[in-house]
Parts: sequence; C-alpha cells; structure tokens
Amino acid sequence: MGHGMQWIGDLMPDDTPSILPAGTPAPDFALKVTADQVLNLSELRGAPVVLAFYPADWSPVCGDELSVVNAALPLLHERHAQVLAVSVDNVWSHEAFAQAHGLHFPLLSDFEPKGEVSRRYGAYDEVTGESRRALFVIDAAGTIAWSYLSPVALNPGVDGVLDALGALPPAPNTTAQ
Amino acid sequence: MSSLRIPVTAQDHSTGPEDAKVVLVEYGDYQCPYCGAAYPVVKELLAEHGNQIRFIFRNFPLADVHAEAVDAAFVAEFAGEHGKYWEAHDLLFENQGRLGRTLYEEICTTLGLSLVELRTAAESRQYLARIQADEEGGIRSGVNGTPTFFLNGQRLDGGTAELPSAISAALGHDR
Repeated sequence: MGHGMQWIGDLMPDDTPSILPAGTPAPDFALKVTADQVLNLSELRGAPVVLAFYPADWSPVCGDELSVVNAALPLLHERHAQVLAVSVDNVWSHEAFAQAHGLHFPLLSDFEPKGEVSRRYGAYDEVTGESRRALFVIDAAGTIAWSYLSPVALNPGVDGVLDALGALPPAPNTTAQ
Repeated sequence: MSSLRIPVTAQDHSTGPEDAKVVLVEYGDYQCPYCGAAYPVVKELLAEHGNQIRFIFRNFPLADVHAEAVDAAFVAEFAGEHGKYWEAHDLLFENQGRLGRTLYEEICTTLGLSLVELRTAAESRQYLARIQADEEGGIRSGVNGTPTFFLNGQRLDGGTAELPSAISAALGHDR
C-alpha cells in the first residue's frame, strides 16, 4: 500500500480478518430478502452460488458493479449459478435500489445483527461499518471454490467469477429447473 | 488485473492505423452519462494522437438502467453497415439528452440512410446478436461499469480520468 494510505492502515485493527479462502465450507446464513421473506444459503445447495458483498446501496460504484452483474445474469445462469448480493442496508433500501436499477437477483439484508454474516465471511469493514467488496463462488456442495477481495473504490467486474464457475466440475444435478 | 479476452479484429468498428502500437478499446453505453462525459476526452486524444492510436468502440448497453441504450447501439450498427458508423456514434453522444426515435430518424436522414431500411432492420432485430456478443465479451473481459477502457489489452482501472496520462505513457514508452 502506498504511503499516502498509511493513515488508513493505522486506523485498521491489526487483526483485520482476511476473507474466507477457497476450500472453506461456506458458513450458512438466513437473511431477509424482503420484509417477510428469509433466504437460507443451504436452500440453494445443489447448484453453485455467487455471493457478492458490497458496501452500500446507492453509492455510484456499487450501482455499476451490480448493473454489470445484472447484465451478466444470462452468462451466470448458463453455468447454473444463483446470484446473491449482500450489504448492511435494510430491506426497504434494497427494494428501492433493486427497482431503480432493474436488478433481477436478490439483495440480502445483513442488517440485524448488523454485518454478522459479512463478518463470518471476513467481509466486514469494522472502520466503515459496511461490507467489504468481496466475491465468493460457492460450489454445489456448499464449499467456497473461489474468493476475491476488491479495493473498495474499484468494481471487480465478473470475469473472475465466470472463470471460477467455469473451473467447477460439472454438478451432478444441474438439470433445468 | 483484468484483460481483454476478445481480440480486436476487422469486425470491430475502429479508427486509426491497424498497426498502431497503442490500441484503445472502449466498452460503452450511449445513454450512460459517464460515457457521454468520456466522449469529448477520447475525441480530443484522437484529434491529437489519432495517427498513433487504434480506437475501438464496443457496445455495452446497460438495458435495465438505460431504456434507450440498445436502440441507440442498434442505430450505430445500422449506420456502420452503410459505412457511417463513426458519424452516427458522434451524433448519438453529442445528442445524448435527446436519445429516442426522433433523433434516430434525424441521424439517419442527416447521414443519407434509408428509414425504410432502418425499420426493416429493427423488425428483424438484425444487430441485436452483435450487440449482445459485444456485451458478453466485455463481461468476460472484466468490464466493471461504463465506460471501461482497455489500453493495449489491460483494463484501465482509473477510468476516464486516467485516460490522458495512460495514453501519453503508452505513446512515450513505445516511441
């Protein structure tokens, strides 16, 4: 990290966790998708899952990142992957944000207790109180196959995710749903 | 670092010498305000160094956010088939606030293109496969928003702001 960023380094706790690496079982979670709908990660077992943590609804960078994920959905679905995005925003913010950007995948609310799921994946920024920009590809058996942490100001793009999905062995039960 | 996965070919819309040492690929959306802001920057760089830069524009319409993006790309592709790609490209960006049927017809008339042919092409959805292929190639290459620039195959993470300095560095190193 350049010397210009040193003060941020000083603010970071020394034990800043790294994101969960490939080979780790993906911690299960139950998060709200809407005010009255909860999604459990384990429900999606049997197909790969792309889990995208992002700092906040409405910030321009996130809008772009999720718009690109949105545009990539046909390619991701070709690989039988489900896409979930997670931030600490509440369900009402998510609903308005998804509508404004025409997003066709669930935005999960890591709102109460705040950031708990992000923290379990090593994807929580204790300084800003937001999720970090972390991407995970979870295989059909529920194991993390690939993970990537992007600098907070930089959209990661979907190339790494597509490569990771392409490297997965064909899942046993990927018949059309 | 993300890099361009789809090589530049004769099928691309390009300006500048084919053997230029500096190759700049933009993935853009005619309705995206950031692409609109990048347009004069690119234009100026090409005016200054156009004889040393091959510039390629590929479509990356974010259709769910920008209702006119695909139609505008379609008009550019239609004009391109009749040898007027860059004229249409410029007119679309220069009139970004007026994207819509009236503008598209105006552009075709200005460029001497047949409105009947435009409608026929629209009915047969003629250029949509190409537009979609552009976009898929961009996604595979790590396009992370619009515009995304690739300079000599490497994604420029600093975006439009980084473009002038990156171009002069590329020109300087290659001189």
